[in-house]
Amino acid sequence: MKTVKKILRYTKSQMFFYILAMICAVISVGFTLYIPVPVGEAIDFMIGKGAVDFDKILSAVIKIAVSIGLTVVFQWLMTYSTNVISARAVRDLRSDVFKKLNTMPLSYLDKNARGDLISRVTNDAEAVGDGLTQVITQLFSGIVTIVGTLIFMMSINIGLALVVVILTPLSMLVAGIIGRLCAKSFRDQQELQGEISSYVEEIVGNQKVVKAFAYEQRGEQSFEKLNKKLFKVGLRAQFAGALANPCTRFVNNMVYAATGIIGALTVISAFMGRLTIGGLSCFLTYANQYTKPFNEVTGVLTQIQTALAAGERVFKVLEAESEPDDSDKLTLGEARGDIEFKDVSFSYTSDKKLIEGFSLKVGSGEQVAIVGPTGCGKTTLINLIMRFYEVDKGEILLDGVPTSEIRRDELRKQFGMVLQDSWLFSGTIMENLRYGNPDATDEEIINAAKLSYAHSFIRKMPNGYNTMINENAENLSAGQKQLLCIARAMALDPPMLILDEATSSIDTLTEIRVQKAFKKLMKGRTSFVVAHRLSTIRESDTILVMRDGNIVEQGAHEQLLKKRGFYYELYNSQFADS
Amino acid sequence: MIKLRRFLRDYKLQLIVGPLCKLFEAVLELFAPLVMAQIIDNGILKNNTDYVLKMGAVLVLIGVVGLGSALVCQYMASYTSQGAGTKIRSALLKHIGTLSHKELDKLGAPALITRMTSDINAVQANVAMVMRLLLRAPFLIIGALVMACFIDLSLSLIFFAAAAAIGVILYLVMTRSLPFYKKIQSILDRISLLTRENLEGSRVIRAFSKQKAQEESFDRETERMEKTALRVGRLSALLNPATYLVAYTAVALILWFGGARVNGGSLLSGDIIALTSYMTQILLAMIVLANLVVLLSRGSASASRINEVFETEPSVRELSDKEVQPILSAPKLEFRDVSFTYGDGDNELEKLGFSIERNTFVGIIGATGSGKSTLLSLIMRFYDASSGEILLDGHNVKSYPFSQLRSSIGVVPQKSTLFSGTVRSNMKWQDENAADEEIWDALRTAQADSFIDSLDKTVSQGGMNFSGGQRQRLCIARALVGDPELLILDDSFSALDFATEKALRQALLSRRDRTLIVVTQRCSTIAEADKILVLEDGTLVGEGTHRELFEGCSAYREICLSQLKAEEAAR
Repeated sequence: MKTVKKILRYTKSQMFFYILAMICAVISVGFTLYIPVPVGEAIDFMIGKGAVDFDKILSAVIKIAVSIGLTVVFQWLMTYSTNVISARAVRDLRSDVFKKLNTMPLSYLDKNARGDLISRVTNDAEAVGDGLTQVITQLFSGIVTIVGTLIFMMSINIGLALVVVILTPLSMLVAGIIGRLCAKSFRDQQELQGEISSYVEEIVGNQKVVKAFAYEQRGEQSFEKLNKKLFKVGLRAQFAGALANPCTRFVNNMVYAATGIIGALTVISAFMGRLTIGGLSCFLTYANQYTKPFNEVTGVLTQIQTALAAGERVFKVLEAESEPDDSDKLTLGEARGDIEFKDVSFSYTSDKKLIEGFSLKVGSGEQVAIVGPTGCGKTTLINLIMRFYEVDKGEILLDGVPTSEIRRDELRKQFGMVLQDSWLFSGTIMENLRYGNPDATDEEIINAAKLSYAHSFIRKMPNGYNTMINENAENLSAGQKQLLCIARAMALDPPMLILDEATSSIDTLTEIRVQKAFKKLMKGRTSFVVAHRLSTIRESDTILVMRDGNIVEQGAHEQLLKKRGFYYELYNSQFADS
Repeated sequence: MIKLRRFLRDYKLQLIVGPLCKLFEAVLELFAPLVMAQIIDNGILKNNTDYVLKMGAVLVLIGVVGLGSALVCQYMASYTSQGAGTKIRSALLKHIGTLSHKELDKLGAPALITRMTSDINAVQANVAMVMRLLLRAPFLIIGALVMACFIDLSLSLIFFAAAAAIGVILYLVMTRSLPFYKKIQSILDRISLLTRENLEGSRVIRAFSKQKAQEESFDRETERMEKTALRVGRLSALLNPATYLVAYTAVALILWFGGARVNGGSLLSGDIIALTSYMTQILLAMIVLANLVVLLSRGSASASRINEVFETEPSVRELSDKEVQPILSAPKLEFRDVSFTYGDGDNELEKLGFSIERNTFVGIIGATGSGKSTLLSLIMRFYDASSGEILLDGHNVKSYPFSQLRSSIGVVPQKSTLFSGTVRSNMKWQDENAADEEIWDALRTAQADSFIDSLDKTVSQGGMNFSGGQRQRLCIARALVGDPELLILDDSFSALDFATEKALRQALLSRRDRTLIVVTQRCSTIAEADKILVLEDGTLVGEGTHRELFEGCSAYREICLSQLKAEEAAR
């Protein structure tokens, strides 16, 4: 029920269309219900052979014609208004989830499966929209129909109308019982669907690995097992869901039969007041109309249930905790680039300590290198500087100001960043390179590409700088992607630089050239470089040597070599067997 | 949709019985107004209470029998649709398994995943819907038409005209709105793409403070979606009112002309009541039909997306399923004049020729984009060479069954992918019967035993609970299990630090009964190889040992010098 309220909140701004839909519902349903009256009248004027009053029939037919005209127009308007309400609600919902994802701490995004989050934005939002359309349509025309038919039925014969009113809730009772019965099978089905989806995501998403290991058949076998299970559970859920409609329809048919019998008896003996044959025909039509909303609600029950489940998933994201708002925090001009770590402690999970009591002063324009074996937490420091993750204890100062006092956007803007995972968006190469610096001229961009040795391969692409990078950038090699990321950072021309294994996918020849460009770029800018090729960071002002999340040594290259410690070991292992 | 009908083959009985039950229910439903007319004509007009009660009982009976047959139909529909969905799912996965890399690249994994999940679900729902309702509606319509004929042949002309008019309306609305549904689907794909990008690039986006720009381009798509949905909404919203208009115009006509018939004495007023209620029945059935048509046109979009995959033929085919006996005197691997191109563009590989002897260690080195990974894909027949031939154990790779070819080669791909399950289940990918001891051996060789304490350790999707370097080592171990005679490592040390890499390399080389091919960009990795192949722009520019190449191959020398100091390299 709570989810219903939350979904409806998204339609609040469409008050106008709600009211319009409501008015249209009243008018169109009203006339729909009115039409049987002239129909009944017309029939009442056909008493028998030679006793038909054509003038009266004509006036009835005219009434019918006018009513049809009005009904048609308002029915269309009502459906359209409902569409507007739900289409806009879906739009806003999607937009909000997307925005929400951008305010989420990275730990949340790292923890949740991407496919799952994506499906909340796409499929789940869609299901909410579908459900919403159904609910609004059913609700409005349903309520008006029920109220309207009741009024008409009562105007014909109150006693008979009461019979209908008393008997109808039976169908709701039946629907309710069935609904409760199938709720569990629906949950089971949903769960299994999720399981199947993630299995497919793995096996199909990594089809190339599957092929390399000739794993296709075994993959199919495991899938077969899940698929068989889904068949059983799905059959149960589907059938349970499919019970509701015939059962309610049955109950309603019984109501119809009862009304017919009692009505006929009333006409004969008038034991519940007077009733004409035309009146009975008219009444029966209303009785049929009256039960329609009940039938229809059970018909779309599955859809509504799906919408609710989907809505719940969407709101779970919307209600997750965002990074705290920091619009009241400090803004920065161009930073000088003094960075200080003051007694910083951090860990991803509370049970595994990572960085503890780390302090370091980096002067403006200095180059800091972070080295160490794989998985020792080199990237963690970058995460902390950029405030992708927040420190547990201590603080990091930029130009003497704690970074926690600075707006995150402002802080991050100070850094040009190139990561090991090269991320590009689908768009042209030019658009990608201009990403950080939308005002850059084409010349500036091309110059940045030249500096990062990306120019020559870009020129060779079918459309040069206007070549589209497609989904997953499959038309580019890992090295080319990385070169583009470097060019993107070069085009930004930031006060500080972060290079997180920025050249790991580039061949060493190109790397040397890129390093030269970096050197030029880093001149006078504070920079942090994570590297595993130690040859590239020998000239850094400070080298931080990390091991198991701790900084075990720090100093300049020669200094560290003299120490004959862990760095010495690492450095020599690179060349040992050549 | 029709193209997928083969998946319904096993459900002939259900497909016949289900709709027949629906037909029966519909017939009964048609009788109800007739019975009511009888009640009016024979019961009320003749003041016969007994008759009213008797026919009332018939009405109840009709309801009960109707419920029974409806339930049978519902079960048949559930069974058939769920079964067909299950079959399509299996068949599609199997078909995807036969596609080669070229087709996988073209279709793209995300698109395949949607087809496997939501598209199949949509088709499945459609099958059920068709069985339940689509047949029922025409039955009701045809039935009402027939009944109308029985009552009065000339008045039934109005019925036929109305039914035809409604049919035309349905057809028009459906054909007009179909393109919109296709467009909506493509916008949805785009929304999904943007979300994926936004999640994958979250660090970069935040580093560049581009959240606003991302949101704006996303909002553009959602707005486009809204506009398109509303445009098609305007169109499909026409269906009900238009149907309504036709049906009640027909009712008015029936009253007018029917009045004349009653006046002439050929019809009773009860007949007119029956006729109008048959018209209402047609109206209701048509509305159901209209809504179904909308749903069906969406479903057929899904069906055609599924078909697109089924109709994609693998470009690399298994030519024989007979196991091939290796010729032990032949080299382990031989490339003869092999050229390859991905599409119509320049050759990715140009006339490569070399051979790799049994139980040797061969390194392949070259700059980014020089064709190293492509070369490996050809050995495994992920793609077929455009010209020339590749021989494994003296036989053309094309003469091997896929499973023999691929399972005889242990491969460590560039991207370290693990699958959810346990360490053990991942390690058994190559050899499903591997014993724990064998797995531990492989883990030790791959330097992965340090962070694995139990083979039952959980591996989450993609192996995300391990660091990049750990994943890489696990992938190496995975390839070692089953003791393949040929082991290929495609730049598989990139996330390892030098100390770990060195230990790993030494462990690998301690076994000399295995052919080892290592693709890399670091010369230190392959300095002690028996043979090094140097690739540049898809051609082989050097072949020999480290020392020979360092002296004689300028490309190789340049690579080495870029990584090491001159004196270190020459050592």
